[in-house]
Amino acid sequence: MLTKRIIPCLDIKNGRTVKGVNFVDLRDAGDPVELAEIYAASGADELVFLDISATEERRKTLAELVYHVAEKVNIPFTVGGGISSVEDVDILLQNGADKVSINSSAVKNPQLINDLVAKFGSQCIVVAIDAKKIDGEWFVHLVGGKVPTELNLFDWAKEVEERGAGEILFTSMNNDGTKDGFANEALNKLSTELNIPIIASGGAGSIQHFTDTFVKGKADAALAASVFHFKEIEIIDLKRQLKKEGIPVRL
Amino acid sequence: MKIVIINYGAGNIQSIKFAIKRLGYEAVLTDNVEEIKAADKVIFPGVGEASSAMAKLRDSGLDTLVPNLKQPVLGICLGMQLMCNTSEEGSTKGLGIFDVDVIKFNNEVKVPQIGWNEISDLKSPLFSNIKDNAHIYLVHSFYAPICDETIATSGYGINYSAALQKNNFYGTQFHPEKSSKVGEQILENFLSI
Repeated sequence: MLTKRIIPCLDIKNGRTVKGVNFVDLRDAGDPVELAEIYAASGADELVFLDISATEERRKTLAELVYHVAEKVNIPFTVGGGISSVEDVDILLQNGADKVSINSSAVKNPQLINDLVAKFGSQCIVVAIDAKKIDGEWFVHLVGGKVPTELNLFDWAKEVEERGAGEILFTSMNNDGTKDGFANEALNKLSTELNIPIIASGGAGSIQHFTDTFVKGKADAALAASVFHFKEIEIIDLKRQLKKEGIPVRL
Repeated sequence: MKIVIINYGAGNIQSIKFAIKRLGYEAVLTDNVEEIKAADKVIFPGVGEASSAMAKLRDSGLDTLVPNLKQPVLGICLGMQLMCNTSEEGSTKGLGIFDVDVIKFNNEVKVPQIGWNEISDLKSPLFSNIKDNAHIYLVHSFYAPICDETIATSGYGINYSAALQKNNFYGTQFHPEKSSKVGEQILENFLSI
């Protein structure tokens, strides 16, 4: 049986790991390659690297990081952040990334999804969507959640699927950083309406939150950062508990 | 031991090269016919879309080489699928090594299948020291149904071939290079054949 995936997310700035709380304050949490190896050995099913650098050298720095991660890590990983062209993706995949995630660039130019899928295949194209619930309606936000759009989350997600994306990484900005649990109602709707895997992101604070997002949110995978980085939850404990609750996991 | 990875421009081969390096061997990426023929072990990777990958293979003349290789050959993911008779993806004629037609998952399951699934009914030295229900990593929308050449079974809505073998030809639908310790053991087993 296909198992539910647990995915630590490593935010990267200038080649170092950082974690934003509500996307703002940043704290250093170590060397990404070393951290990735530790996560791979401790039962993570997959890793996501989200690059938030804004320097001239960011492309080169990120490609080098991807190369070093691929060299050391024996589980799949996704790279996202600032990717806006076929060339960007080509460099990352050639350096050993398994998947890439695109976000704002897909909203600005939806045809990019089709172009990437045609060239590299659905299986390696993840579309990340940051959304915020405002007066009962979910709106897509851009640039790490800073810029609101008028795009409805569910309409956009449907379009993303139709354009061929292999997976959706949905971050609820209402939940991100709160440690109050994932946005399970929206996740359930996404997972039911779409026929591609949905990764839940934003709000993990306890083991129960993961159980809830798999059962109530019908998520295929759950992503979290600080609860893993600061060892508030050990992945092995989390997976044992999920298994006890009857949720299929890789142990 | 001389290990080659066939380089025909089809996707993520860096990961396979690194995985072999972690096992203590060196693999060479090449599209050179003589170099491939002379190798002890051949890895035939593939990620992406079947018809365009097959076109690249034909353009480089490797489509006639691969089925005639005598040493152990391991097709991975799309590589395995291209070793079958046909693929529904892009109505592609494959290399015809494995006598099975690759088809798409139906919509009762999410497509692509992405993640870790189990393998069982293991029937080949490729799976020495691998336990039934070990987890392997897959990303795919198309699959080879169960057939006479199936050497590992996995389930996603239906049962499908997680691996195939015919004589010196092996194929895995999963990515051993991304399947943690289980995958490393399987690669080690292949290199020991």
